[in-house]
Amino acid sequence: MYVNPKISLWLLPLLLILLSLGCQRSKAGITVAGSTSVEPFSELLAEEYMSQHAGSHIYVQGGGSTAGIEAATTGAANIGMSSRYLIDSENRLHAVMIAKDAIAVIVNPKNPIGDLFLGQIRNIFSGKIKNWKEVGGALHPIVLVTREEGSGTRESFQKFVMEKADISLEALVQDSNGAVRQVVSSDPSAIGYISLGLVNEEVKAIRISGVEPTVANIDNGQYKLVRPFLFVFKDQPTGEAKAFLDFVLSPPAQKLLSKEGLVPVLPKVGQE
Amino acid sequence: MELKEKIIEKILLLIALSSITVLTLITFFIFEEGLPLILKIGPKAFFLGGKWIPSKGLFGIFPMIVSSFWVTFGALLLGIPLGLSCTIFLCEWTPSSLATLLRPALQLLAAIPSVIYGFWGLIVLVPLIRNYLGGPGLSILTGSLVLSFMILPTVITISEDSLKALPPSYKAGSLALGATHWQTIWRVLIPAARSGIVASIILGMGRAIGETMAMIMILGNAVKMPTSFLDSARTLTTNIGIEMGYATGDHRQALFATGIVLFFIIMALNTLAISLSRRRVR
Repeated sequence: MYVNPKISLWLLPLLLILLSLGCQRSKAGITVAGSTSVEPFSELLAEEYMSQHAGSHIYVQGGGSTAGIEAATTGAANIGMSSRYLIDSENRLHAVMIAKDAIAVIVNPKNPIGDLFLGQIRNIFSGKIKNWKEVGGALHPIVLVTREEGSGTRESFQKFVMEKADISLEALVQDSNGAVRQVVSSDPSAIGYISLGLVNEEVKAIRISGVEPTVANIDNGQYKLVRPFLFVFKDQPTGEAKAFLDFVLSPPAQKLLSKEGLVPVLPKVGQE
Repeated sequence: MELKEKIIEKILLLIALSSITVLTLITFFIFEEGLPLILKIGPKAFFLGGKWIPSKGLFGIFPMIVSSFWVTFGALLLGIPLGLSCTIFLCEWTPSSLATLLRPALQLLAAIPSVIYGFWGLIVLVPLIRNYLGGPGLSILTGSLVLSFMILPTVITISEDSLKALPPSYKAGSLALGATHWQTIWRVLIPAARSGIVASIILGMGRAIGETMAMIMILGNAVKMPTSFLDSARTLTTNIGIEMGYATGDHRQALFATGIVLFFIIMALNTLAISLSRRRVR
């Protein structure tokens, strides 16, 4: 392929400018890192915060809950994001719950099943129940959809629903909430689980032992598949980190979160 | 002038060496990260183990090795007849006006990003296969179908080159002896270009084994030994792609170790392809 040398001479500085535009990370600011479930919400909050405070910079990164807590411990990040409670060895850290998120078990809207017991869901996902007929549905094999190993959503599902049982190796594995939703929305015999905030009209969130996953039922403790979204600090937050935390716990920010499908919290400081 | 040329020569040499350096570094890091885990859990448990449950310390990749070959074999089964027919048509029958249209179109097939292939497979092929053949639709068959299109450009361009490189006397001689056009293609031209065609197939196979993004979207990624073409499966590449995001410690090392296995498979295929295409020259 022949490129006019004059044009390529012009392209070179252009490329350099583009490159240098990508390197503006040296400005001061705070870093928020951790759970990929919390990440999209933190990004939203950070954008809102930065639009109100000109000159502030908040960098949001993923990596997973454990990595986020680790980053807060070592100081690599000012704030760690976690979608699980701290374990004993992490208890020296300072954790603040910013919202609660529920895990919804979803099926295709065409599926007549709308209500399952926790034990039934466990047996479906462990592979003991293989056909919808066994739980009162159509005579059709169940297609399981799960998340990949290491995902925070999978960890929570394992803890709340599976307990000691293993998720069947037959299960399809998708690497994001959106991908699980896509598979379930297109397959009438599929069942999966995603963050409640991401349930839309393409899928149906089922009632668990008669309890519908709604904000009211999460608040009054009836719906059990609930996990915390935490901000984790090494010490008492100060400066910009403190300002951002205060913003996140303020009524407008909490309203924003509840609009995105999360359950807002009154400020609760410390571990639970 | 002499000096200037010398300098340019040295600069080019440095640049050429840098690409090899990168290759060496990548190889070194894959082995440095992956080998300790293989030695820790034992090569037998790693290569022949049937269960992959990282949270329990089980890192058996045998089902993935098998799945990789199933998917690739399926892609070749569908892709080779299609690719060879295309090549023969392009070389022997296509009027040059049509060929100038077809060739860029085939090259465009190589330029489409794999995520687009994956998306198309997920939206179009997956529901078709689920509705007409059963199973979850996210299956080896769907993956092989999509891959067979993805390897077409590789198979066609290289085998076309090898057909074109044949001395024109082969074709002329065969026709002069009274063979029909088809007999000439089937009995003379294809056998003569055999090594190049086989090399194109092996390179296509390398492409199929290495494909990741489209396969993550289409195969369903279940970690089990496949028992039919309608089963979901996880290949070596998708195992790395899907779990890299969160993996730490042993789990992360096990993914690098998966990379070592891929490394050897691709090396073997490329060596085979190179040695076969060298034979053509003689």
